[in-house]
Amino acid sequence: MPAQPEGTGLADLQRRFGLALLQGPLVIPHGIRRDTQPTRGRRFGVYRNNVKASLAAALAARFPVVARLVDEDFFTAMALVFIERHPPRSPVLAEYGAAFAEFLEGFEPAADLPYLPDIARLEWARHVAFHSADASPVDIGRLAALPPEGLGSVKLGLHPAMAIIASSWPIVSIWSTNTYDLTSQAPAADWTGETALVTRPHLEVLLHRLPPGTDRLVTALASGVALGQAAEAASRACQDFDLAIALSTLFAAGAVATLSEGSSR
Amino acid sequence: MTVDRLPRAGAGLKPEHQRHILEARPDVGWFEVHAENYMGAGGPPHHSLERIRALYPLSVHGVGLSIGSADGMAPGHLARLKTVVDRYQPFTVSEHLAWSTHDGIFLNDLLPLPYTEATLSLVARHVDEVQTTLGRRILIENPSTYLRFDGEEMPETDFLRALARRSGCGLLLDINNVVVSAANHGFDPRAYLASFPHEHVGEIHLAGHAVLEKDGETLLVDTHDRTISLEVWRLFREVIARHGRRPTLIEWDVEVPAWQDVEGEVRQAQSLLQSARGLDARAA
Repeated sequence: MPAQPEGTGLADLQRRFGLALLQGPLVIPHGIRRDTQPTRGRRFGVYRNNVKASLAAALAARFPVVARLVDEDFFTAMALVFIERHPPRSPVLAEYGAAFAEFLEGFEPAADLPYLPDIARLEWARHVAFHSADASPVDIGRLAALPPEGLGSVKLGLHPAMAIIASSWPIVSIWSTNTYDLTSQAPAADWTGETALVTRPHLEVLLHRLPPGTDRLVTALASGVALGQAAEAASRACQDFDLAIALSTLFAAGAVATLSEGSSR
Repeated sequence: MTVDRLPRAGAGLKPEHQRHILEARPDVGWFEVHAENYMGAGGPPHHSLERIRALYPLSVHGVGLSIGSADGMAPGHLARLKTVVDRYQPFTVSEHLAWSTHDGIFLNDLLPLPYTEATLSLVARHVDEVQTTLGRRILIENPSTYLRFDGEEMPETDFLRALARRSGCGLLLDINNVVVSAANHGFDPRAYLASFPHEHVGEIHLAGHAVLEKDGETLLVDTHDRTISLEVWRLFREVIARHGRRPTLIEWDVEVPAWQDVEGEVRQAQSLLQSARGLDARAA
């Protein structure tokens, strides 16, 4: 069978076109008709700009605090590098940006803001929570109504919108001041790490600072063990863990979606 | 095809306006949403759209299916579109004569296709697949383009006519896209509209465009970020007078203004639809 001349089919055209849209320097893909004016470069440039500007704008809207921390021009430049290295793989734009935090880890020009990747993780978690499945949170009254001897065998199911981001940086404080304050405030002098709890019990995405060890409790609950065993694991991992405070925080934030009493009665 | 006796004007639904729309319930005919904005599992987008759907007819406009992709439509995306369509029961489903995904990478723009017999076969096959999966006819929109390709075999209007005949799909006539492409490629928009297969048109789009001047050369860009140009309004009036009225959408997707500004455009379209001495019967 005679070989087709290379690059004549639609698939070849689209491959060349797609590569030329994303790469840094302007290269006009073969197969575009020559017009006298405007030039092919200007014409192709409209598509390049559409793709890059729309994706950069989507990232800026998704990571507003990251954008505020680095300023707008820097963010756009950073976003363009990200877009070139990690172009979207889904036509649902809401799914774009999951890799942004990890990209920031290795982005040398932003290395003087070491908390930036965790802020991006927090903003991504908020974005995911916004679109996640709906569920009604369980009221802590249901837990309180149980006989004390039954508490240990209770199983708590986590809300689908819930996420936890543990950081060595005060990410909840940094996020809050850059979201709500006109002039962002410096976080506490000691720059203690914070663990963020993101929830969306109803329509609004909420952010809480988790008390010590509560993330360990949640990890254990997520693995399917009962409350008693999860509390033991959290106490072992963290000496400041306080079960009553942990549970009141989680229930108040709407992080618990199911409660089932254990079988060991 | 059947065309509504008194087609209404509608607006693209933007999150910024949803609260106001639910409270004020403005007198517009219908709303259109981009399917891809409602493919999440839950949350505020679905909460609002469910309530708006209970009050208004809805049209679902896809922007991500990539019907012109040589290596196949975005995998799994058609199933997600079906989920949206099944849930919201729109009166119209539409997509674009364009491609946006290649080799698994989504390029987030409606990219141009060379109008050849080979492209036509591919696009007709994909439209057929979409219509079979959704169990309904869809409309395909004429694109705005900034460049053309070597070796094209037919004009866009012939391509769209053949696509409609082969696949049984309807067409979505975007008059702003006609004006943008005509200026960029140096053809007469009235000549394009004269050869457009209006008998297949089920919906009309109107939007604003930007005029970019550089070194004395002009390019029109389909920006959807401003009011509709006078030329687009004139052509709209001529099209509905000559070829019959259709449900007509105002698209304003970027630098979205206050709802009242969008509603003003919808009212203008509505009054042109009402005053058109139409040949609706011929289209029906």
